[in-house]
Amino acid sequence: MEVRVANVRKEFDRFPALRDVSLDIKSGELIALLGPSGSGKTTLLRLIAGLERPTRGKIFFGEEDASHKSIQERNVGFVFQHYALFRHMTVADNIGFGLKVRHGPTRPSAQEIRRRASELLDLVQLSGLEKRYPAQLSGGQRQRVALARAMAIEPRVLLLDEPFGALDAQVRRELRRWLRDIHDATGHTTVFVTHDQEEALELADRVVVMSQGRIEQVGTADEIYDTPNSPFVYGFIGESSSVPVKVEDGQVWIADRPIGLSAPQAPEGQATLFFRPHDVELVDGCSGCIAGTVAASRRVAGTRRVELEIGGDRQRVEIELPVDHPAAQKSRVAFRPRRWKLFPAA
Amino acid sequence: MTTAPAKAGWRFRQPSVIPGFGLTLGFSLAYLTLIILIPLSGLIWRSAALGWADFWAIATDRRTINALEISFGTAFIAAAVNVVFGTIVAWVLVRYNFPGRRIVDAMVDLPFALPTAVAGIALTTLYAPNGWVGSLLAPLGIKVAYTPLGIVIALIFIGLPFVVRTVQPIMEEIDKEVEEAAATLGANRFQIISRVLFPGLAPAIVTGFALAFARGVGEYGSVIFIAGNLPYRSEIAPLLIVIRLEEYNYAAATAIAAIMLGLSFVMLLVINLVQSWSRKRYG
Repeated sequence: MEVRVANVRKEFDRFPALRDVSLDIKSGELIALLGPSGSGKTTLLRLIAGLERPTRGKIFFGEEDASHKSIQERNVGFVFQHYALFRHMTVADNIGFGLKVRHGPTRPSAQEIRRRASELLDLVQLSGLEKRYPAQLSGGQRQRVALARAMAIEPRVLLLDEPFGALDAQVRRELRRWLRDIHDATGHTTVFVTHDQEEALELADRVVVMSQGRIEQVGTADEIYDTPNSPFVYGFIGESSSVPVKVEDGQVWIADRPIGLSAPQAPEGQATLFFRPHDVELVDGCSGCIAGTVAASRRVAGTRRVELEIGGDRQRVEIELPVDHPAAQKSRVAFRPRRWKLFPAA
Repeated sequence: MTTAPAKAGWRFRQPSVIPGFGLTLGFSLAYLTLIILIPLSGLIWRSAALGWADFWAIATDRRTINALEISFGTAFIAAAVNVVFGTIVAWVLVRYNFPGRRIVDAMVDLPFALPTAVAGIALTTLYAPNGWVGSLLAPLGIKVAYTPLGIVIALIFIGLPFVVRTVQPIMEEIDKEVEEAAATLGANRFQIISRVLFPGLAPAIVTGFALAFARGVGEYGSVIFIAGNLPYRSEIAPLLIVIRLEEYNYAAATAIAAIMLGLSFVMLLVINLVQSWSRKRYG
């Protein structure tokens, strides 16, 4: 099922949580809403589910306007961060709940509901736990039950709110791969919210980066990482360094020295240069490069992060070097970013 | 674990990180013995002095049986009414924010604090045939004061806070997400309440019922004013005990008391069993 969010605005007590958000979600897609807390990602998810009503704008399921449909009518599967399982029901009853509360001919027989529940338990790899109560399961198992419960109603779209947020790192990684497999096997249109960029980039077909109630960028993991379209996305996704620069004559300048980067398209004037710390080349002599004195150097896993002070006002930038690189021992290092991007100064 | 050989069989005391088990258990037992066990066994002792035949005669006396029926019957009805309305009151207090909510919340505790005799006199004044409420009900042929119905009303008044105060905290703990989850799965409001919320509240409601019921069975002060105290019709067992005492018939008084004790104990035991069963199930 395609989902289209059109110019949606949502206010809580006059405070805008979402400002004019539009998003097209393709059928069968696995899409991540990524952003820092307060960016409006959970609000957007809850609006799609019908747990909140938009202040303005519309939400379409396929061609149909779902904005004013009740939660029950929308037929979405929702998975909560803290599972929200029914404590007094067995695992099988939890999964069958959505089918049991149906009325009339759409309600399957008790036998059919049991069969569906055990089928879904197989899918989430928890066969044999039908009779357990949620209190007797681990966090990871509970979240699997919650997903099975959401899928039992054959939802038109599956919505997951920080589904792995309450789990420890090991289980998270495991469930991530598992969710991808489930998605590939069932083909549900799936939207999940996360603040973990690794999770979003690894798992999703497309990532929606949000900040302060707005969508900053939508794209595949490669697009988001390689061509961020705003300073926020550049700073939020992956490691980045930035330096204030000046554009003049199609050249990039730091203070009064050109740094060997030409930017014929960029508008003249003050700007900020962004680059990835690991994506730099060291140069020897310095005619057209960024040079600085080493202020600090830290070992981080397989690389060494070196902090340089550059220019007259001792602006600090960070670059990443291989652990055994001799440059780390020197007091002065010169480099040039291989890939970079300029954003006009705000 | 590896150094200490595992002892077979049942052990009196589980090892615990908190010290002082012996001391606290000893204290608890001594305290309970002093406060509860000795007076109650005194009661049994006195009534046992009566001899089986006399005891049986008092127990099967029409007046005794009627008084017990009235006491337990009205307490049961009042507790049942309180369960329904007390749960609703708790729901309103937990779920909605309205002006004066704190005042209503405080009002719930009034029956705890008010001397029961005051409550009894106030209720009698209201429900007597010439009282505010009684005069409205009288033309409809409903008599409240001086009938078992009046007893029920007094016990409802006395028992309400027990239900509200046991259900309220559990209700506050209900996770809103659980309701939302049920809604996304297609459950309507009625199904959410009956299938999701109520089962979670059931143990607390049973506790509230037990407390209100126990309080109702033993209630004396408020009831004697509104009941009219007609033997066989609106005379409660605690009053009958007092009457026997005033007649210096201590044996009969203790016999009735012992019967009440036995009945109450059995009922509370059953309620406790129901509770531990539901706790085990719902974790």
